[in-house]
Amino acid sequence: MGGNLLTNFYEAVAVILFGIGFTTLLLHRNMIKKILGFNIMDTAIYLFLAVKGYITGGMAPILTNGVEEQAYYINPVPSGLVLTGIVVSVSVTALMLALTIRLYRRYHTLDIDKMSMLAKKEDL
Amino acid sequence: MEVFEIILLLFLIVCAIAVSFSKNLLTTIIIFMSYSLIMSIIWILLKSPDLAITEAAVGAGVTSVLFFVTLKKIRAMKEEDNDEQA
Amino acid sequence: MSKLNPNYEASKWRKIERFVNGEEISDNPNLSKHEEEIREASQEDKERNEQFEATITDLEDRIQKERKRSIEALYRKYEKWPQTKGIKIFTHIYRILAVLFCVCIISVLLMTVSYLPTFGDASNPNNNEVPKRYIEKGIEETGAINFVAGMILDYRAFDTLGESHVLFIAACCVLILLRIDHSKNGKKPTEKAEAEEDDRKFEPKNDKILQKIASLLIPPIIIYGIYVVLNGHLSPGGGFSGGAIIGAGLILYLNAFGYEKIEKFFTYKTYQRITVGALLFYACAKSYSFYTGANHLESGIPKGIPGNILSSGLILPLNVAVGLVVACTMYGFYTLFRKGGM
Repeated sequence: MGGNLLTNFYEAVAVILFGIGFTTLLLHRNMIKKILGFNIMDTAIYLFLAVKGYITGGMAPILTNGVEEQAYYINPVPSGLVLTGIVVSVSVTALMLALTIRLYRRYHTLDIDKMSMLAKKEDL
Repeated sequence: MEVFEIILLLFLIVCAIAVSFSKNLLTTIIIFMSYSLIMSIIWILLKSPDLAITEAAVGAGVTSVLFFVTLKKIRAMKEEDNDEQA
Repeated sequence: MSKLNPNYEASKWRKIERFVNGEEISDNPNLSKHEEEIREASQEDKERNEQFEATITDLEDRIQKERKRSIEALYRKYEKWPQTKGIKIFTHIYRILAVLFCVCIISVLLMTVSYLPTFGDASNPNNNEVPKRYIEKGIEETGAINFVAGMILDYRAFDTLGESHVLFIAACCVLILLRIDHSKNGKKPTEKAEAEEDDRKFEPKNDKILQKIASLLIPPIIIYGIYVVLNGHLSPGGGFSGGAIIGAGLILYLNAFGYEKIEKFFTYKTYQRITVGALLFYACAKSYSFYTGANHLESGIPKGIPGNILSSGLILPLNVAVGLVVACTMYGFYTLFRKGGM
């Protein structure tokens, strides 16, 4: 064990959130719960990325007091990556919800096991 | 300041677990909404205001509204099914 | 041909052959006579057989129906499986294994976290020459005070172009999945009418409180959104966040005042024109900057004074384009989910 677990508590929380989201994805048979678990995994990864770019005492990456030094600001690269990621995650969520509505219209259930059972029945 | 951060992070974990355990779907989505709001406060603490604005508008606003509309659609279809059966 | 043994009928080989053919084996040498009798009898039987065949096909049909019914009964049993004991134990084991698996993943990742460099340290390996360049040369090269805006819309603008296409493609997919067709072949108009009727069930019927508060709230929301988009290179925000705010304002307007009011200024055609126009403009602007050398040193667009609203070259129009795409996509998602059309 490295000794940085307590100082890296933000990363630890991000990892735990990722695990909780993954557990939600695995445990629930309800489609909407699964999508929520997926969203929690998303935000956990964004938290991890943004935390990696943080510098203690750094300012937000906007020019303040005319200082142009790297050490004065936090790292802007993870912010840019996460900014695009958040918007993409919305479109992915919308796509998954649209598929859920279509599946409900066909099988009249949200339970994924029942859905696959009904799909097998249709193949007969 | 660190105590405040730790409280917020604990709130995040509690919200994530509550999403997994609550039975009512509407409650689940409202809990997820509060999770997104807490996340946007954490972005401000991490000095990324761009992310805070985006997360508050997109994560807490549009995503939750999309979930609500989906639930509403599904309830309407459920009522139709019940009417047909009755 | 081989020689036939004259005594073949009585030989052992013949017996074995008969045995193999499944005929009756007897030691009677006059068997052939019996066989002739049997043949005569069988001709009589043939007529009967034809009758039998008809009944047999009948029976086979019945058996197949029976089999189908039994399979359906099996499936009905399957449906009740979650309530039976065996499957309960199975789901129990599955849940325990899932939780154990996730605990293992979390512990392995926590191990990794404990070896990561210290949180918030300025000498971390990810604070290398890339952010140094973005911060120290950013204002000189892009003219944007907000380093993130300068990064995603100038240094990495191609990435952002792809990302706005992701939004556009997602909106197209939702359109394919949820849109109810306007065409006039028989069934479809009724389906559309039904969907709109469904929607009307939930639409507020001139809710006074909602409408008053919405008319107070919507102008500030949309003006704030426009402010965030236009000031993307000066202050936090930019195309993505401002577009999302404008989209949320449009959704609130739709909820408060209904489709009739919003269709006066925002229809499917406006959505198409704005989105495609903004994406085309983005693509043309970026290809222009690539044409001039992809480094903006001689693009011919004046940078202006950093800090003014009309500065930093292409970043302001690109921000506006991205904001339009995002706002239209958010509003489009909502209307597609609600009534399957815009």
